Amino acid sequence: MSQVTPVFKREFGGYFRSPVAYVFLCAFLVISVALALSRFGGFFQSGVAGLERYFEFFPWLFLFFVPAVGMRLWSEERRSGTAELLFTLPITTLDAVIGKFLAAWTFLTLAILLSFPLAITVGYLGSPDWGVLICSYFGSILMAGGYLGVCSLTSACTKSQVISFVVSLIACAALLFLGLSAFTNFLEGFLPVGVADAISNFSFITHFDAFTKGIVDPKDIMFFLSLMGFTLFLNVVTLER
Amino acid sequence: MIEVKDLVKTYGSKRAVNGVSFSVRRGDILGFLGPNGAGKSTTMKMITGFLRPDSGSAHVDGIDVTEDPVAVKRRLGYLPENAPAYPEMTVEEFLNFIAEVRGFRGPARSAPVARAVGLTHLEPVRKQTLETLSKGYKQRVGFAQALLHDPPTLVLDEPTDGLDPNQKNEVRALIKNMAAEKAVILSTHILEEVEAICNRVIIISQGRVVVDETPAQLQARQPKARLDEIFRSLTQSDT
Repeated sequence: MSQVTPVFKREFGGYFRSPVAYVFLCAFLVISVALALSRFGGFFQSGVAGLERYFEFFPWLFLFFVPAVGMRLWSEERRSGTAELLFTLPITTLDAVIGKFLAAWTFLTLAILLSFPLAITVGYLGSPDWGVLICSYFGSILMAGGYLGVCSLTSACTKSQVISFVVSLIACAALLFLGLSAFTNFLEGFLPVGVADAISNFSFITHFDAFTKGIVDPKDIMFFLSLMGFTLFLNVVTLER
Repeated sequence: MIEVKDLVKTYGSKRAVNGVSFSVRRGDILGFLGPNGAGKSTTMKMITGFLRPDSGSAHVDGIDVTEDPVAVKRRLGYLPENAPAYPEMTVEEFLNFIAEVRGFRGPARSAPVARAVGLTHLEPVRKQTLETLSKGYKQRVGFAQALLHDPPTLVLDEPTDGLDPNQKNEVRALIKNMAAEKAVILSTHILEEVEAICNRVIIISQGRVVVDETPAQLQARQPKARLDEIFRSLTQSDT
């Protein structure tokens, strides 16, 4: 397990050795804040001192931004042949998978936390519920991990970053749409309510919404953690195949 | 040191390696020859634990690669074909990363990195990123990476590929100097290289070992002929 550290350090540093990190961080912050301030977000119109209008868009933003971070995790290694180097060093596949995943997750966490000036602004303008705010950040980070697990897995399946991105997007979109009320209503049209509920339970939105309302339910935490565990397990299996 | 028994590997319908067996002792420099696609790289990848053999076994220091791959990888230095490395890292960052994975943490990293840099003459490009290096330097970085932990066994896939004649000589001298206390396998297309440094030759053709002897014995097969003529007559079926 001690071998996770060097893999993590190399991967995390890798984001900052190229312009990728800076472009990503800027794009993410500009777009996420712009959406909240726009008339779709209604950040000012709502007249509430909170970031609910900001976090609302996260499931949709992650749909594009997390695959952009995750697509290179394994595709790049396989295409350039460095996978051969990595897997002939004395590390297990699990060490490598965890190290890389944690590096990308930490990077996403950084992107999410860099929106802190917005939180400070809200705190200056009014008196937000800090518990809800912290809870939303916590939920966002967990959700990013869930998305990333899926992306890491699809990245391990192909040498092409483009294919990896597109497949990740589709897989994440599927996990997202399952929870939309329109979709569940449609399912309830021909399925028993219990089954439709169970299906919508697999969605990011269902589990993320509670966090933005300030509710920390162990069920939701378990959902994201088990999604990560499951995708990373498949990731190891895919690479060892 | 290295024991290979009946290795078999099939890609789809093509049998790339078909029952290869040989052993390498300490002090041996084994030249691995064969036409492109004969199964040299595949065999090396199985010894280093990157590929899982369909059947057969490879032991390094008495440890089975499929049973304890990490222990084998600790004892091996491996230079993959074309010396892959992370292009955005500098030579120093890259070697530091390798040192860390090899178990040299913190200040303990500097000694092995300095030694590897010295042996492969990388001093002038230490601070350069790998993508800016010429092929010769890249190859040397790969070599430095393989030597870093002073492993008892070295597996080198075309170590002199892409080097100019001077650099080739240098790398050969380096391999020869280290060989006394190591077991070395190197694959190559260059027959003179085998004559120059190897004390054993294996020629592999269509996934099978067709020759396993000393360079002198190989020459003795057709005393008048040049080595590449002997090579051609032995591997002709491979076209």
